[in-house]
Amino acid sequence: MGVRTWIEGWPVYRQLTGTDPLGRGAAAMSQRSAGLAPRTGAADSMARSVCPYCAVGCGQRVYVKDGRVTQIEGDPDSPISRGRLCPKGSASKSLVTSPLRQTKVRYRRPYATEWEDLDLDTAMDMIADRVIAARAETWEDVDDEGRPLNRTLGVASLGGATLDNEENYLIKKLFTAMGAIQIENQARI
Amino acid sequence: MAEAHPVGFGWVMEAKRRGARVIHVDPRFTRTSAVADTYVPIRAGTDIAFLGGVINYILSNELDFREYVLAYTNAAAIVSEDFRDTEDLDGLFSGFDSETRTYDPSSWHYEGLEHHGERHDQHMQRETASAQQHQAHGPSVPAAPARDETLQHPRCVYQLLKRHYARYTPEMVEQTCGIPREKFEEIARAWAGNSGRERTTSLVYSVGWTQHSVGVQYIRTGAIIQLLLGNMGRPGGGIMAMRGHASIQGSTDIPTLFNLLPGYLPMPHHEKHATYADWVDSIRHPDQKGFWHNAGAFCASLLKAYWGDKATPDNDFCYGYMPRLTGDHGTYQQVLDMIDGKIKGYFLLGQNPAVGSAHGKAQRLGMANLDWLVVRDLFEIESATWWKNSVEVETGEIVPEECRTEVFFIPAASHVEKEGTFTQTQRLVQWREKALDPPGDARSDLWFFYHLGRIIRRKLAGSTLPRDRAILDLAWDYPTHGEHDEPSAEVILKEINGYEVATGRPLSTFMELRDDGSTVGGCWIYTGVYADGVNQAARRKSRHEQDYVAAEWGWAWPANRRILYNRASADPEGRPWSERKAYVWWDADKGEWVGQDVPDFEKKKPPSYRPPEGATGVEGLAGDDPFIMQGDGKGWLFVPAGLIDGPIPTHYEPVESPVRNPLYGQQANPTRKVYERAINPMNPSGPDAHAQVFPYVFAVSRLTEHHTAGGMSRTVAHLAELQPEMFVEVSPELAAERGLTHLGWAHVVTARAVVEAKVLVTDRLTPLRVEGRTIHQIWLPYHWGREGLTTGDSTNDLFGISLDPNTLIQESKVGTCDIQPGRRPTGKALLAYVADYRRRAGVTDDPHPPVVTAGEG
Repeated sequence: MGVRTWIEGWPVYRQLTGTDPLGRGAAAMSQRSAGLAPRTGAADSMARSVCPYCAVGCGQRVYVKDGRVTQIEGDPDSPISRGRLCPKGSASKSLVTSPLRQTKVRYRRPYATEWEDLDLDTAMDMIADRVIAARAETWEDVDDEGRPLNRTLGVASLGGATLDNEENYLIKKLFTAMGAIQIENQARI
Repeated sequence: MAEAHPVGFGWVMEAKRRGARVIHVDPRFTRTSAVADTYVPIRAGTDIAFLGGVINYILSNELDFREYVLAYTNAAAIVSEDFRDTEDLDGLFSGFDSETRTYDPSSWHYEGLEHHGERHDQHMQRETASAQQHQAHGPSVPAAPARDETLQHPRCVYQLLKRHYARYTPEMVEQTCGIPREKFEEIARAWAGNSGRERTTSLVYSVGWTQHSVGVQYIRTGAIIQLLLGNMGRPGGGIMAMRGHASIQGSTDIPTLFNLLPGYLPMPHHEKHATYADWVDSIRHPDQKGFWHNAGAFCASLLKAYWGDKATPDNDFCYGYMPRLTGDHGTYQQVLDMIDGKIKGYFLLGQNPAVGSAHGKAQRLGMANLDWLVVRDLFEIESATWWKNSVEVETGEIVPEECRTEVFFIPAASHVEKEGTFTQTQRLVQWREKALDPPGDARSDLWFFYHLGRIIRRKLAGSTLPRDRAILDLAWDYPTHGEHDEPSAEVILKEINGYEVATGRPLSTFMELRDDGSTVGGCWIYTGVYADGVNQAARRKSRHEQDYVAAEWGWAWPANRRILYNRASADPEGRPWSERKAYVWWDADKGEWVGQDVPDFEKKKPPSYRPPEGATGVEGLAGDDPFIMQGDGKGWLFVPAGLIDGPIPTHYEPVESPVRNPLYGQQANPTRKVYERAINPMNPSGPDAHAQVFPYVFAVSRLTEHHTAGGMSRTVAHLAELQPEMFVEVSPELAAERGLTHLGWAHVVTARAVVEAKVLVTDRLTPLRVEGRTIHQIWLPYHWGREGLTTGDSTNDLFGISLDPNTLIQESKVGTCDIQPGRRPTGKALLAYVADYRRRAGVTDDPHPPVVTAGEG
C-alpha cells in the first residue's frame, strides 16, 4: 500500500479534502460499505403506492424481490410527502410482512372455545347462505301505510376507512341491491 | 398535528421557516406545542367559547375583511323577525320543541322565507343525519334574500352575530376555557392581524373535533372566523381537516354510510322520498341557485350504474328497487339493536369496534348476541376474538360455551397486495399499483364482495320473488383476472367516473351527466378521474417537474380543483386581492378565469355577470358568487337551514362536565342524540347532584407510533416496541392529590367501565383555573386492546354513547372520570366496583338526568 493510498484510506482526510465535509457519505465509507448496494437496486419490481395509515396520503415505493416485499420507502416525487414517511409509514414493510398476519380462514362454531380451519370457498358459500337466510327472515316490503321499504334490518356492516374507493363502491352497490341499509364506516366514528 | 400527521406537519414547519407564526391550542402539550411559537392549554370541550371569543374580538373591533365579508358571505342578509337567540332563551334558539328536543327552524330563515321549501321535520333529519349531505352542497335556500349593505340593520346576520357573541369576552373565555385573558387576546390579535388582502391564516383541526356532541358547531365556529377574516378559497387560508385514515375522505365521498349514496346523494327515506321525483326534487331544490340544480342527472346516472340496461326513464331507473330508511340506522343504533337481538349478521371490514368505537362493552355484548359475524382483517383483532379474550369473558358476562355467535375470520389483502384508489384528506385521489399477490387465503374486499354477490346471484337465480329482482337485475358483470379471479378495480373506477352508455366513452366532467339514462355515473363528484380514458388518479409527475399546486399528481375532486371555492381568491371584480396572494383571477382579454389552479367557477362567466330575474341553478349564480354549491352563492356566517342544533354556534358543556355552563342555563347540547338505556349510563354533570364522584376531565388522542384501534400497529414489532404500554398522563398536582406514582399503576373509572394504565406524571398537563377552582385534566391514548404484541385496557370502554345531532358521531374526545392509584379489580369484583361508583353518583336507569336544563335557573 503506497502512502497516497494509505492517506486516502483515512476518512478524516477524505472528509477534509473531498466533497463530503460532514462525513456522512463517501468520506465515511469503508471498503466493505463502499461495496454495498441498496436492496432497492436488486428488486425485481417497484410499485408506486400510498401509505395506509393516516389521511395525509404520503407516496410509497414498494420493492419486491422473489415474491417478497423487501423494502417500502417514501416516494421522493410526491408533492405531498417529498420522500418522507413517519414512524408508522416507515414500518409499513413490517406491517405487510408481519409474522402475526393471519393468512388462513378461521372459523368459530357456535358455543366453541377455539378456532377451527375452514376452506375459503366453503366459507364464502356459508356466508352467502347466511346472508340470504337473514334477509328472508327479516325482509320488510312496505311500511304500515303501504309505502315501499324494500329492506332488511337483519344484516349490518361496519367498514374501516382503509377500504379503497372501488371497494366501498361495490360494497354499497351490493348491499343496497340486497336491501341492507345498516351499512356504516369509520367515517361515522 | 406533529403527533398524528407528522409528514403533513412538515408543511407547517416550512411555513414557520418562511415567517409564519404557529399557534397551538390543545389540552395537552405535544410535539406540536414543542415547536409552536405559542402554546395554549384549554379545557377540553370549550372550543366554541374560545373561538366565539375570537369572533367577538373581531366584531367588536371591526377587524373583519369588510369587502370580502360584504361580497362573499351572508353578513348582509336579513333574518326573520321571529328569530330569537340563545341570549334571549337561556341557551335555546326559537322554535324548540321540548318533546322531541328538536327545532322548527322556520324562524331562523331569511326574512320573508320562513316557510320556504319543504316542511322541515328536524326529528327525521336528526335520525338520518341528513346534515351530512351538505358536505358537497349547501341546503335549500332561495336565491335572493333581503340585504342591508351597511350591515346596520338589527336583524342582519352581522348584527345577530355581534349580539350573540357579545358575552364571549376575554374574561368569559378565561372563566370557561381556563385561558388567561392576556394569552387569549394575543391569539385573537395575531389571527386578525395576519388576515386580509396581503396575508392569510390557516386553521388546522384534527377530526377529534368531530367527536363531540357539538362537533359540527366547533367546525362552524372556525368557519365563521375564517369567513370574517377572508381566509376561505385563498392560498394559505382555509380550514384543514386532518382526517385520520388513508381513505376516510373517500369513505365519505363514495360512502359506506347508512344515510348516504355516492356523491352525498341521500339514501331514500320512506316518507320523504316515496317516489323518484320526490327524491330528485328534494336534492335539487328547483328554485335555488348553484350546481346542485343538476341533481336529476346525478341521480339517474347512479341508478344506471346500479341497474344498467334494466334502468330506464320509463321505470324511473329502477328507483322502486331502492331500500328505504325509516330513522336512525347508524352504527350505535345497530349495536343496541344487536344487544336486543334484532340483528342477525354483521360484517366487519378492516374495522375493530371492540376497541375503536365508544362503549367497548356495548360493542362486545352486541357481537355476542349475533347469529353470525364476518371479520375481514389482516390480523386477529379484538373484534374477532372477544368470545374467548375480553373483559366480559373475565367477568362472566360472556361465557364462550353459551355464546351462539358463529364467527368467520376471512384474511384480507394489504394495501400493497391490491390496486385501487385512496382519497386523502384534501380530496386528492391517488391510485396504488399492486406490488404482489396476497398470501394464502387473503383477498381484497373487492374480491370478497364481487364473489359474494356472484354467489348470492347464482343461488337466487330463477327466483320469482319480487324482492330478489333488485339483486338479479344488478349490473354485476365485472371482468376478472389472475389466479383468484380478482375483479378489475380500473373498470370499477371507470364506472365511478361515468361514461356514455351508447359509446362507452368516459366522461370528463359532471356537466356531461344526463338525466335521460344516456349516461352512467357511479359518483358524480368523481367524474373526471377517468377523463379521456386515462386513470388520472395514477398520474405521478414528479414535484420537481411542476409548480407547487402540482396539478398533475393524482386527481382531486371536483374537476381536479386543489383549493375549493377559489373564485374567492380574487376580489368581486375578478382581480387578485393582492399580488402576493394571487391564485385564480379573471383575464378580460381571454374572457376567462385563469391562474394556478382549475377555477372553481364557470370558466367563461365574467365577474360582472348578473343573473336575469328569476334565474335558478347555475344560471342564477352571479359573477361574484364564489360559494357555488350554496343555495345563495354565499359563505354562511349564519346557517338559516340545514343544521339540527342552531344557526349560530353556542357554547354548551360536554355531556359529562364538572362545570356548570357559565353562559346559559342550558348545560349541554339540547338536541344531541341520546340513548337512554340501562347499558348506557351517563356520569352526573355540572349542575347534577353527586357530580363530584367523577371530578376530573379526561381527553383522549393518538400517539405517533400507533394507529387508531391498534390493529395495524400493536401487531407491528417496531411500533409495539416504540410504544410498548398503555399509560395515562397526569399533572404533578393531580398525582399529589390522588397519590399517583410515576410509572406506577392507576385506574380510571366512569359509570360504564374501569381501565388501568401505567402512570406518566408530566407537566405536559396543566391544571386550569375555571370558575375560581382548579380543574384537572388527564389524558389517555386509545390504541390498546387484548391482542397483538403489546396489550392493555381499551380507553374507549370509558365512554358512553351520546351523539352529535347533525352527524350521529359520538362524543368520545372528552368525558369525566375518577382516577385512583393501583390496578383495577378483576372478574366479578370489577363489575361490583363500577356499580358502586354508579350508586355513589346516584346514576339510575330511570329517570335519566334531564337533557333540557334551560330556564331552570
